[in-house]
Amino acid sequence: MLRIGVSRLLQHGSRHTAASAAAASAARAQSSAPEKIEVFIDDIPVMVPPGTTVLQAAAEAGVEIPRFCYHERLSVAGNCRMCLVEVEKSVKPVAACAMPVMKGWRIKTNSEMTRKAREGVMEFLLINHPLDCPICDQGGECDLQDQSMTFGSDRTRFLDTKRAVQDKNIGPLVKTIMTRCIHCTRCVRFATEIAGVEDLGTTGRGNDMQIGTYVEKMLMSELSGNVIDLCPVGALTSKPYAFTARPWEIRRTDSIDVMDAVGSNIVVNHRTGEVLRILPQVNEEINEEWLSDKSRFAYDGLKRQRLLYPMVKDSSGELRSCEWEDALIVAAKALKSADGSVAAIAGGLVDAESLVALKDLVNKLGGESTCTEEIFPDAGTGTDLRSSYLLNTKIVGVEEADLIVFIGTNPRYEAPLFNARVRKAWMYNELNAAIIGPKVDLTYDCEHLGDDPSIIGKLLNGSHPFSQRLNTAKRPMIVVGTSLLARPDGGVLYSQLLQLSQKLRSGCEGGAEWRVLNVLQRVASQVAALDLGYTPGVTDICNHPPKVLYLLGADEGAITRDQLPKDMLVIYQGHHGDRGAEMADVILPGAAYTEKTATYVNTEGRAQLTRAALVPPGMAREDWKIIRALSEIVGTKLPYDCLDDVRMRLTEISPNLTRYGEVEEANYFTQASALAQLVSGKQDTTPIDVPQKKLEDFYMTNSITRASPTMAKCIAAVRKEAANRYIE
Amino acid sequence: MAGITRISSFWPSFSPRVGSVTVRWYSSNKVYGPLADEDRIFTNLYGRHEWRLKGALSRGDWYKTKEIILKGPDWILNEIKTSGLRGRGGAGFPSGMKWSFMNKPSDGRPKYLVVNADEGEPGTCKDREIMRHDPHKLVEGCLIAGRAMGALAAYIYIRGEFYNEASNMQVAINEAYKAGLIGENACGSGYNFDVFMHRGAGAYICGEETALIESLEGKQGKPRLKPPFPADVGVFGCPTTVANVETVAVAPAICRRGGSWFVGFGRPRNSGTKLFNISGHVNNPCTVEEEMSIPLRELIERHAGGVTGGWDNLLGVIPGGSSTPVIPKHVCEEAIMDFDGLVACQTSLGTAAVIVMNKQTDIVKAIARLIAFYKHESCGQCTPCREGVSWMYKIMNRFVRGDAHPEEIDALWEVSKQIEGHTICALGDGAAWPVQGLIRHFRPVLEERMANFAASQNALAN
Repeated sequence: MLRIGVSRLLQHGSRHTAASAAAASAARAQSSAPEKIEVFIDDIPVMVPPGTTVLQAAAEAGVEIPRFCYHERLSVAGNCRMCLVEVEKSVKPVAACAMPVMKGWRIKTNSEMTRKAREGVMEFLLINHPLDCPICDQGGECDLQDQSMTFGSDRTRFLDTKRAVQDKNIGPLVKTIMTRCIHCTRCVRFATEIAGVEDLGTTGRGNDMQIGTYVEKMLMSELSGNVIDLCPVGALTSKPYAFTARPWEIRRTDSIDVMDAVGSNIVVNHRTGEVLRILPQVNEEINEEWLSDKSRFAYDGLKRQRLLYPMVKDSSGELRSCEWEDALIVAAKALKSADGSVAAIAGGLVDAESLVALKDLVNKLGGESTCTEEIFPDAGTGTDLRSSYLLNTKIVGVEEADLIVFIGTNPRYEAPLFNARVRKAWMYNELNAAIIGPKVDLTYDCEHLGDDPSIIGKLLNGSHPFSQRLNTAKRPMIVVGTSLLARPDGGVLYSQLLQLSQKLRSGCEGGAEWRVLNVLQRVASQVAALDLGYTPGVTDICNHPPKVLYLLGADEGAITRDQLPKDMLVIYQGHHGDRGAEMADVILPGAAYTEKTATYVNTEGRAQLTRAALVPPGMAREDWKIIRALSEIVGTKLPYDCLDDVRMRLTEISPNLTRYGEVEEANYFTQASALAQLVSGKQDTTPIDVPQKKLEDFYMTNSITRASPTMAKCIAAVRKEAANRYIE
Repeated sequence: MAGITRISSFWPSFSPRVGSVTVRWYSSNKVYGPLADEDRIFTNLYGRHEWRLKGALSRGDWYKTKEIILKGPDWILNEIKTSGLRGRGGAGFPSGMKWSFMNKPSDGRPKYLVVNADEGEPGTCKDREIMRHDPHKLVEGCLIAGRAMGALAAYIYIRGEFYNEASNMQVAINEAYKAGLIGENACGSGYNFDVFMHRGAGAYICGEETALIESLEGKQGKPRLKPPFPADVGVFGCPTTVANVETVAVAPAICRRGGSWFVGFGRPRNSGTKLFNISGHVNNPCTVEEEMSIPLRELIERHAGGVTGGWDNLLGVIPGGSSTPVIPKHVCEEAIMDFDGLVACQTSLGTAAVIVMNKQTDIVKAIARLIAFYKHESCGQCTPCREGVSWMYKIMNRFVRGDAHPEEIDALWEVSKQIEGHTICALGDGAAWPVQGLIRHFRPVLEERMANFAASQNALAN
């Protein structure tokens, strides 16, 4: 768990500014010599900053140098030797990935020496590679396969026996066929540097070197699936996807992940109406090129427990499937006769379009309560100002921060990729972290300030020992978790944090441009719901039970049937038969995120679009359309007929909801802070807690993951790992 | 202590010996060696005398070390540069230049001297003789070399198998601390200098300087990519120079007797005295300090009692430790034992560990055994060495039996060329060279063996 060493810093000099005195020489080359130097790639002149590697310079000139071990987001290993290129006047070829260019170098990426070196390395890599491409899951998207076609020889000289390596069991997600391993150590570097778990390493030496965990143990990381993408060969492949499909048979649809509020960009790989796998899509501002295991592997939950038909409870109290017409009529009748006593609760996986449609419907019927399951305190400005419920510094902002304080959140499991970004900043940018709440392992050094809520007040009045550090920080960040906000005294604590943030903001070096306060949302729908004017929390409904309650994907059990009057009609619209459907009288089957083109707003306030990869199963329909159809039967027709009309309506309410990919700036911190000063209330002494503390808490957090066999296997494996006598 | 009087002679021509050497450089009949007893640096090479501090003092170690230190780094570096000393670990990089890389303005990081005592090259046994019989030479060398670089401390990374050597080294270090020779205010010079010893765990690769640094830091001994070189980022992220035991141990003698004295031995650019290890089929295997540029034949015949069965019974010699290519008898006749002389023979001085093989040797089997060693010791980090050396091993094993086609000799040559120069460290080269030497000089042996094997197989088939 050490921060990156000086040597690594030097190697990263071109990407990360080396600030420490120890790396002063490298820093000098960066800062005082900004002049570019000229090098020649195959006689093409390019100007590059000093410290650029040969490989980067070649990329600048549009020449791609083959590589296996080099990965731009990992430290340089230089061990595959595939990137050897000839440099004029050098006797030996140089490793392009590691060698910084010197002025006037003439690099030959296609000379006899270069080609010979590549062919030699290729031959060496293949002599012990099993060549089982026909049964290898990597086939068709294998770097070794591709590069051997381009750079390898067409015949073999190897007459001896090949090496074989025993496969390792590293958990239910990553399948290992270690004989295929070419020892590039990308997985080791990913686990150590990005995921922050030092489970993987090399044992043995020479030809007996193996990648593994030393003793049989699970790769205990919420980001473990990324090693599958990183592996340039078929040594690490996806266990759930094993032998499912070939890459050329797959259709790909770019989309957005909804398992957390980060809004990772994904590519849904599907065929014949089935999601086969989910891969990350590069988005530098959100997930870089990583994806959390939940987002990657929970897709098998989309095939289970699905609501396929509309259902209505019959006289015996049993839900029976029926035609859309029947279900809609039952629902419409109830809504009409409720005479305005209608309320709605939206869950965590709901899109903005259906949120706006449902709100419009409820309001048109005369209902006032449209709530979300997630709680947010109403004290002070409540959710009136966007800045009070967004991750205002944005995810990339972490890389500029120098001190981050987490309060009532475990970012590692609530937002794994945000946490990975924090770890990155901690490694390369001297970011320091502290946490108020339970002591959890965040994969980096994090000062535990305690779990007493009174610490927040002490930080505000400056009496806490940590205040000094906070006040002297140049760009501090305060990240508030939803579990803090959900406390009975959440309002008081939150208003204290608002004031503290404002105080820090006015004093810090970042100035007015720097936003200190951040809220880390847990679910994908929350920001859009608050933008649209939903009321956070269901207390209102509990206090004033309506005649008809409309649950839109509300599966987290914020309200239970016991809390509601017997004669209340509950309509559930959603895609999974989970807690919400259990208590419903009418079920309207909706679409999951892979089946609709819909808007989600992430915790930064960034609106993004999912795209329909599949059609909803059975008789299920897109959610906004169901509500629109229902409105017509009720007789309060919603004024939109197509998706564009719904988007128009979204824009009308909040223009940021349709500015896709962008983050609308949210401000008014001063006002929020001023109003927060007026908040008073009882503060209880219950320790600050978070629901997800250990890895096993990470896997099942919504209706899709609860239906996923893979997630269940993960939990079982993690629990079993607790009994592993080889680990502490 | 004849040499000490020459400390003041800065001008080479003042020294009668050097003057005569200058004349001899240009005459074709200059003779190198034998080394006169008064010119020997390692006077307790055979352990016949006391190795502890008392004995060391009687042999002139630690004599006026304080004065040398007080003359300052520039003076020491200048002497080393004048002496023409080249690294004794195998690569032969000029030591004066290497040590002067450390004299850049400080950026606040401490500097370290790391002494490479991981002597693992098969055939080489020079450093262990220094460490077990003359450890104070190394401790004093650490101090002087450390002063030349402005180092805070020296780490002696000693091969794990060298138990007695490590024990003697530690005793010597303890004695030196106790006598105030090292540590705070070393030798009363006002300079603070620590010497630590670290025992390795028995990996040949840890003799590679960056792998040694990794190992010293507590990591797996796997060579680092260069740049950054150790002089920029070495052990614990600080500027470091890694030097061989012999290089460091001769530094005090050079400083006392003058660089000009040292440069008087051997041919230009190959100057000095050197420890030679002669092993194998000789009548009297030994380690001996000799003048550089001594002819190979003279070295063997004078010190090792000649080749077993006479010079005509010689098959070949591996002149510089197992990684250097073998040279056959006709090349041995003319070979000069120095850096340039052996490069001219397409081999290398390496660590000057002369392995003599007479005609009873199965040369193919001998080289195959060396490849087995390199296969076993490859760290496995980079592809050419990890895959290539074990491939060569498999091929060589078949060559021993002759179970191969003659075309495979060329394939093996190419494989060795595909390894050489393509790896992170020099171990890949070292593994490739023995095979290259074999093919270069003993191809007919390989072909004959294959023909015999094919004939025997045919006979069986018929």
